[in-house]
Amino acid sequence: MKKFKEKIYQFISKEIPNNSRVLDLGCGNGELLYHLITKKGITGHGIDIKTDALVKCIEKGIPVIQLNLDNLPLDFPDKSFDFVVLNQTIQEIYKSKEMIEEILRIGKAGILGFPNFGYFKTRFSFLFKGRAPMSEQPPYKWFDTPNIRFLTIKDFKDFCKEENIEIIKQIYIKKSFFRNKYKEIKYFCNLRAELAIFKISK
Amino acid sequence: MPKKIPYSMKYFTFSEDKSFVLESGEKFGPITVGYETFGELNKKKNNALLVIHALTGDSHATSQYDPDNATPGWWDALIGKGKSIDTEKYFVICANYFGGCMGSTGPSSINPETGQPYGLKFPIFTVGDMVDVQKRLIDHLGITKLHTIIGGSLGGMLVLEWNYKYPDSMENSIVIASAHKSSTQVIAFYEVGRNAILADPNFNNGDYYQSTFPERGLAIARMVAHITYLSKDSIQTKFGRDINENILESDLMYGFFGPMFQVESYLRHQGRKFVLRFDANSYLYLTKAMDMYDLTRGKIKLSDAALKFKSKILIITFTSDWHYSPQESWEIVKALMNKDKDVTYVNIESPYGHDSFLMDNADLERVVSSFLKEKKTGGREKKNNEKI
Repeated sequence: MKKFKEKIYQFISKEIPNNSRVLDLGCGNGELLYHLITKKGITGHGIDIKTDALVKCIEKGIPVIQLNLDNLPLDFPDKSFDFVVLNQTIQEIYKSKEMIEEILRIGKAGILGFPNFGYFKTRFSFLFKGRAPMSEQPPYKWFDTPNIRFLTIKDFKDFCKEENIEIIKQIYIKKSFFRNKYKEIKYFCNLRAELAIFKISK
Repeated sequence: MPKKIPYSMKYFTFSEDKSFVLESGEKFGPITVGYETFGELNKKKNNALLVIHALTGDSHATSQYDPDNATPGWWDALIGKGKSIDTEKYFVICANYFGGCMGSTGPSSINPETGQPYGLKFPIFTVGDMVDVQKRLIDHLGITKLHTIIGGSLGGMLVLEWNYKYPDSMENSIVIASAHKSSTQVIAFYEVGRNAILADPNFNNGDYYQSTFPERGLAIARMVAHITYLSKDSIQTKFGRDINENILESDLMYGFFGPMFQVESYLRHQGRKFVLRFDANSYLYLTKAMDMYDLTRGKIKLSDAALKFKSKILIITFTSDWHYSPQESWEIVKALMNKDKDVTYVNIESPYGHDSFLMDNADLERVVSSFLKEKKTGGREKKNNEKI
């Protein structure tokens, strides 16, 4: 799990030039921002609602803002950040469409990372076990999961087309079969990728 | 009338030659600052933490260093050995406001030229002047850069003003339950309080020190203000419509009108307690300075004021605070963010209204202590948060 996270941070980090201004929506414990601040010299802020998460960020010295991301629109000026990141959070946002619109309004570019519910294991689980998609860590059940939006890579691409959102870059990540490693893949991604990262703008 | 101060204080006097210039342009002196310190200043002098009290507070931020433990500190919840603001690690300074009545020069002090208390002859002063006086104390203590400056309510306004006027004087700042200017509603409430004092027959144009003090007026001022410190829910939960059965508490008026609600009894108690420790003239001057304060000077944009800030800053609000609401602090947070400043904002869940910042609150404690802890990233400027 830790390796997985680090891999995601590395991929996101590659897309963000040094000294950019970054806003991380749903920053959690601030690990991504910590990575970006120490490795890329970015400035920026994290946003989260949970006080526990905020305390973790504060301990790391990361500037963090307590806000409820369900209260849209966000109270920030147009294009006030170079990058607005929404990593592993879109599936928890009720007003997901408005959220993506807001990301592209306040950010010059947006970076979205989300679990691909088109991933074959998820499909098998639904098809053969007859169980709703469940994340591996932590193993939420249908009644307590924060994940209320299930989307696949294909779904997201359709959405971007309909909304005239430009996809600057797309990265698909899967776990390699034999080693506990994660790698980028290029083919049959909607089926094979566990995670997708999109760099978008409008 | 204000009692003698029951704890031991230190005093610093300057401007005996009236060299100190107020924002009004008036020269004033001598000025004495009554203050207390808790903990030890280290050799590098980089562990000093300035705590700024609120409107009617005093220098007695913690009672841990009292020999008899007789007077509770107003921030015992947060300050002390092993607490969020750890006095075993930090040298904590807390000074009574310029214009106050708990050890510092104010309207109740004796004017050396006349041998009489200043009363309303005390010069008009501003929040900026109050900060300047604190700055002189910090200079006097030989501290060039404070580790952290922290204040709640009016104290938070002083923290903002410090950052605006002396941005190089602190590494970190914490602003709690405050605003960059008072809302119209808050000004209106304090105006009622001031009017109550002015209407007291004993006020005598501020010259009451030789006779009866305007205690009724001051008590009413406190009662009004106290309502603004509580939330509708907390006052409801605490008192509801309960009746005070104690006849002694009641008075003629209540004999006439009917029984006394607990909330009435409580407010009267707050009023009575307050006149024992506070001076009516100080209350007039300080509330006016607070109402007049505006970080933007009414001239510049808030974001332009924010541009001057250099410290790593933490802004804390409480969800049920309507005296200085979360929305008001949010304006400051936004302005600082727009200027790409290192600002952190926490809106703490609490039902107790504006007074929340003075109460035991686990979230407040852990947010403050994690902010003060050594940072792993070292902050934006590498020299920030040097090891102490």
